[in-house]
Amino acid sequence: MTTPWRSIALVLAASFIGSFGAVFLKSGSERLRNGFWNLFNWKLATGVLLFVLSSLFFVEGIREGELSVLYPMVSLGYIWTLLWSRLFFGEPFTRGKFLGLALIVLGVFFVGLGSR
Amino acid sequence: MTSATVPKPVPATKKPFTPRQSIALVFCCTLLGAAAQVLMKSGAETVAHPGVVGVLLGLFTNLTLLVGYCLYGLSALLLILALRDGELSLLYPVIALTYVWVTVLSVALFHETINIFKLTGITTIMIGVMVLGRSGMK
Repeated sequence: MTTPWRSIALVLAASFIGSFGAVFLKSGSERLRNGFWNLFNWKLATGVLLFVLSSLFFVEGIREGELSVLYPMVSLGYIWTLLWSRLFFGEPFTRGKFLGLALIVLGVFFVGLGSR
Repeated sequence: MTSATVPKPVPATKKPFTPRQSIALVFCCTLLGAAAQVLMKSGAETVAHPGVVGVLLGLFTNLTLLVGYCLYGLSALLLILALRDGELSLLYPVIALTYVWVTVLSVALFHETINIFKLTGITTIMIGVMVLGRSGMK
């Protein structure tokens, strides 16, 4: 069984959209410093919406194709998020982050391999 | 856009979370998220009508599904709280722990089989999260 390019593109898009969801959640969470009920703000709402959108792309993407290929691609979202964290929030790259992330991506790859 | 809203003179009584607390929050978030996924799966299997409409209707009639969604919301809330004071690049990958709990729960509750790949995978994820966690608590 091979994985159609369409599925790969959909799951890639899902990971990309989801990483921006995380950026909006982080950015919107700042408002919670001024009280819990600032929970309802447009940034958090956008973040949640992006996650919902990402899950729609993901579900459509994994309908066909191999999970062992598609699953690890979701964890690519963690790598995009590492980039955005530095770009938008000035968070430093560290060796621990690279190593931890590499292990996690590898782990998700194995989980995908075992999920045929 | 923030200039339009005058910041309220709220005293800074809310102490920020320490990195350790933020990581602990995300850890709880993954446990809740896994429980939510399991409940949503078992709830979705018993909805009367298939498809998106069936799931929507199921939210009103199917307690398992409803509790699953509530737990999901709660886990999202914990993530947001953790992100308030913690680094996104550190906390976000920790969510991969959800894979670990879901695999364990699927085996325990749904008697799904575990194989060497899944076992290797969840072990590697756990080591990765430990490496991240250690680097974040320094």
